[in-house]
Amino acid sequence: MAVSLREYRARIKSVESTKKITRAMELIAASRIIKAQQRAQAAAPYARELTRAVTAVATFSNVDHPLTTEVENPTRAAVLVVTSDRGLAGAYSASVLKEADRLREKLKQEGKEVQTYLCGRKGVAFYKFRQRPVVQAWTGFSDQPSYDAADEVADALIAAFLTESGEPVEGHEGVGVDEVHVVYTRFRSMLTQEPTATRLLPLEVVEKQTGILPLYEFEPSPEAVLDGLLPQYVRSRVFFAFLQSAASELAARQKAMKSATDNAEELIKKYTRIANQARQAGITQEISEIVGGVNALADANAGSE
Amino acid sequence: MAGEGSLQVELVAADRTVWSGEATSVIARTVEGDIGILRGHAPLLSLLTESAVEIDGVDGKIVAALDGGFVSVADDRVSILSGRALLAEEIDENAVRAELGELRTAAELDDDRIRHYEAQLQAVDRAR
Repeated sequence: MAVSLREYRARIKSVESTKKITRAMELIAASRIIKAQQRAQAAAPYARELTRAVTAVATFSNVDHPLTTEVENPTRAAVLVVTSDRGLAGAYSASVLKEADRLREKLKQEGKEVQTYLCGRKGVAFYKFRQRPVVQAWTGFSDQPSYDAADEVADALIAAFLTESGEPVEGHEGVGVDEVHVVYTRFRSMLTQEPTATRLLPLEVVEKQTGILPLYEFEPSPEAVLDGLLPQYVRSRVFFAFLQSAASELAARQKAMKSATDNAEELIKKYTRIANQARQAGITQEISEIVGGVNALADANAGSE
Repeated sequence: MAGEGSLQVELVAADRTVWSGEATSVIARTVEGDIGILRGHAPLLSLLTESAVEIDGVDGKIVAALDGGFVSVADDRVSILSGRALLAEEIDENAVRAELGELRTAAELDDDRIRHYEAQLQAVDRAR
């Protein structure tokens, strides 16, 4: 009995330290999430102005640009999957990867060959374990994405898109593609994050007409302005996906760590109860042994008299 | 809205709003050459080069380094967008000079970055 009591106490201790760790992670995630949201908000003016400008150029000129041109028979598609670098975030990475698989299936059914680009160590591990080919992977920035990271990723994707389908891309290992898709997690609220798949290229310039746009002069020319704007637009979209994913990752981690902490509390309660029971059982047994001994002695004495 | 005779200027980088406020004029370098923007300028959308931009703010002059981007002007509102815009006072001149020296002697010339650093030095110069 005493041994198992000691065992229970040890178990309670270990669960207690687990609880401390998960609780700390929960708090860290909670404080980072606010920063991540602020970062997403700080990036909004840039995206807004850029969208406005692109809309303006697209409205006032009928310029065809390679980045907006649809290929007639797309045969290859690149998919960028944004996952996290670290685990302990519940189903965060798993649900993005699941969404990516769905997209892969869909693209395959449409007769397109899929080229995978990855962000985040979790995605890399997932693909490596299943021995699926990956064109290029970037890691190390999933919870605090910088614009530079988005820049690099977007440039690789633009290069692949601008290369003739199937031809090797200059600068990295991929081959040219006709479409580029992004799978990331959209941050709806602290409670809901939604894995989302969207098509990045060819660009669909979403035109939300807010009043009449001023009659812009384009310098040097509408074509040149569009040429300069569209790659930046793509970069900002990738950056947006990264920021959303970062916020979602942290929210998912906070939620996962909160339930881990709750579970630990529950376990501690349970073990304390069992330990108390064991202790009580031990005491009871000792008492009954003493009482039994006394009775036996009394019986023996009574017999000798 | 903007007061009499002033422009509403926003200088935005990809990850933050670098500066916003009222100004009397903006001088920026487009791919076609320098432009000065005053109140009542015609709507304009133009690409910028890696350069320094000067904003004559109501509360003093602001100089920032840009790494390309574009400027849009409409209704006395000026938006300057640049992926990595930096205010002159945020630039560490010595670090930039060291970095630039390294880049210039590197085997592979990274033109974009060199121009971005040169723009930063230019901004520091003009802020003085």
